Amino acid sequence: MTVLSLSKALNEGMRKAMEDDPKVLIMGEDVGKLGGVFRVTDGLQKDFGEDRVIDTPLAESGIVGTAIGLALRGYRPVCEIQFDGFIFPAADQIITQLAKMPMRSLGAIKLPVVVRVPCGGGIGAVEHHSESPEAYFTHTAGLRVVSCSNPADAYTMIQQAIRSDDPVIFFEPKRRYWEKADIDTSATDWWPPLHAAKVVRPGTDVTLLAYGPMVKTCLEAATAAEEDGRSVEVVDLRSLNPLDEAVVMDSARRTGRVVVVHEAPVNSGFGAELAARITERCFYHLESPVLRVGGFSTPYPPSRLEEHYLPDLDRVLDAVDRAFGY
Amino acid sequence: MCHEAAEGGLVTVDASHGADAPPELVQLLTPEGERVEHPDYDIDLTPEDVRSLYRDLVLVRRVDLEAVALQRHGELGIWASLLGQEAAQIGSGRALTDADMAFPTYREHGVAWCRGVDPVKLLGLFRGVNHGGWDPKEHNFHLYTIVIGSQTLHAVGYAMGIQRDDASAATIVYFGDGATSQGDVNESFIWASVFNAPIVFFCQNNQWAISEPLEKQTRIPLYRRASGFGFPGIRVDGNDVFACLAVTRKALEAARTGQGPTLIEAFTYRMGAHTSADDPTRYRVASELEAWKLKDPIERVKSYLFKNEQADQAFFDAVDAEADQLGADLRRRCLAMPDPEPLDIFDHVYREPHALMDQERAQFAAYLEGFAQ
Repeated sequence: MTVLSLSKALNEGMRKAMEDDPKVLIMGEDVGKLGGVFRVTDGLQKDFGEDRVIDTPLAESGIVGTAIGLALRGYRPVCEIQFDGFIFPAADQIITQLAKMPMRSLGAIKLPVVVRVPCGGGIGAVEHHSESPEAYFTHTAGLRVVSCSNPADAYTMIQQAIRSDDPVIFFEPKRRYWEKADIDTSATDWWPPLHAAKVVRPGTDVTLLAYGPMVKTCLEAATAAEEDGRSVEVVDLRSLNPLDEAVVMDSARRTGRVVVVHEAPVNSGFGAELAARITERCFYHLESPVLRVGGFSTPYPPSRLEEHYLPDLDRVLDAVDRAFGY
Repeated sequence: MCHEAAEGGLVTVDASHGADAPPELVQLLTPEGERVEHPDYDIDLTPEDVRSLYRDLVLVRRVDLEAVALQRHGELGIWASLLGQEAAQIGSGRALTDADMAFPTYREHGVAWCRGVDPVKLLGLFRGVNHGGWDPKEHNFHLYTIVIGSQTLHAVGYAMGIQRDDASAATIVYFGDGATSQGDVNESFIWASVFNAPIVFFCQNNQWAISEPLEKQTRIPLYRRASGFGFPGIRVDGNDVFACLAVTRKALEAARTGQGPTLIEAFTYRMGAHTSADDPTRYRVASELEAWKLKDPIERVKSYLFKNEQADQAFFDAVDAEADQLGADLRRRCLAMPDPEPLDIFDHVYREPHALMDQERAQFAAYLEGFAQ
């Protein structure tokens, strides 16, 4: 077992992928000598060279657009978008090209491109550095969208994403980069499939559905709720597209109450998709409507207000209370 | 302000914007069919080579005319005609080797021809039976790209792959004058430059981006943009197949031998509408088209062959007959293209199994089944 932070787990995962397959490339702004602004690619250029760990010009559309070209030539590029709010210049290449080109080619083309995106708030950053843009991409057919919440998943999921022959948008919870855990890097038999959801805390009264940075918040809320005598189940979705419906629906049927928690604004957020699907599939098992906790329907606020904007333990518990009010 | 005259050359450039001499245009064959020399771009063509170029020009024009007719008859939803741009496409397309890779827009029917793509496969996306009907790897000819300029970045990335493979090959990417205003095209120039990528940027300046004339896109001749990015730019007579072949061949060789990118501006004219849905009479005068007709890319080759007694009437008749045959064959096979099946909607969205695709396909199949009972 090795103790790794989430960022180091990603680093080790990418290192492993690069050792396993010479076609794997890293590309992005400052990913080389600096090792990325969060040091997630630290040391990789030194060990794999500038041809495989590419410091790119400062242009996100260029990063994804040239990654597509490299993939057409047989490479497996892993792109780093420096911050969530900077993915929008690349949105055209992601949505109109990366997601659609394989279908356009009737299957002749595969684009094994991973787009890594540090996401979410809670680090006191300036505007455009704290966003949660996942729903734009779950809405785009042709992409796989995943989010790790802990070091072990970071380590396995990044390797699985790189190995996928489909494009993967990989959201990393930046405020959890420094969380540490013991990881068995010597075996793979414990790895769950990339698109499997996980019950990370079993419970019987209510289900919390979360992914990325909110999983830890939900686990803390579940511990607090236990003191009030409520048994809270927490499901880490891990994958948003495709969604592991079996795990989600099984939990919803068992507890009868579901609260979805994400940092992104509630309005048209991924929680809306979950609420609709659960209502459709589990209608007669539900004791209350599926409730959603998330960011407000505003732009992300200045950092001195973010503690009010971001769902926290109390906001989650408030929603749990409401779920029992029906 | 700069003004592009319908006659071809750039006329005036305001010196206060830093541009200097009027642009040079590489030309090896005049509109009258006279062979002219150029110190940097010579080409040695046998009579057989010239006849072969002529044949390609005529055949792709025929493919295009047939597609225009198929659209008029309701067999294609839309068509983007290459009329007037045959020399730019055949000249540059014939400069490619098998190992080179080409990235087209949606108008490169002539380049597709040079890459061996069956013309009927070009019709699929315009007929609405698919979004792209050929295997790019089979022809080293990428799929048509509809969003303007996106493919320039794909081409540069591909060229970076060639570098990493240490291969002797180059990439060529096609785009138009309007595309030069796109961010992606400018990013691709930067990428190609700093990575010294083996790529040729082939801009067909056909003077019009739908209804917008060149001066809405630029205040300097387009080929001069290259110098700001740090690589050579050259303007070639885009209606001169000899010059397009010579200039592209040299730029590709430079790319293959580590000398980095070149921007070629093929100065040409879109003689037809932007697409079959467009009406150019709303925004340009008929006299402009008449002036460009005098510089037709095919007529000058025909004049050259005649004057130099490199082809006789029997040859021209045979090419015309071949063109008629090609057109009839294209029409027949277009009409025979099968419509896709409803459940094909779900095919190829993902390469690996995807639960949502399986779910929706099954639901839709069951729904369709309901009508069968």
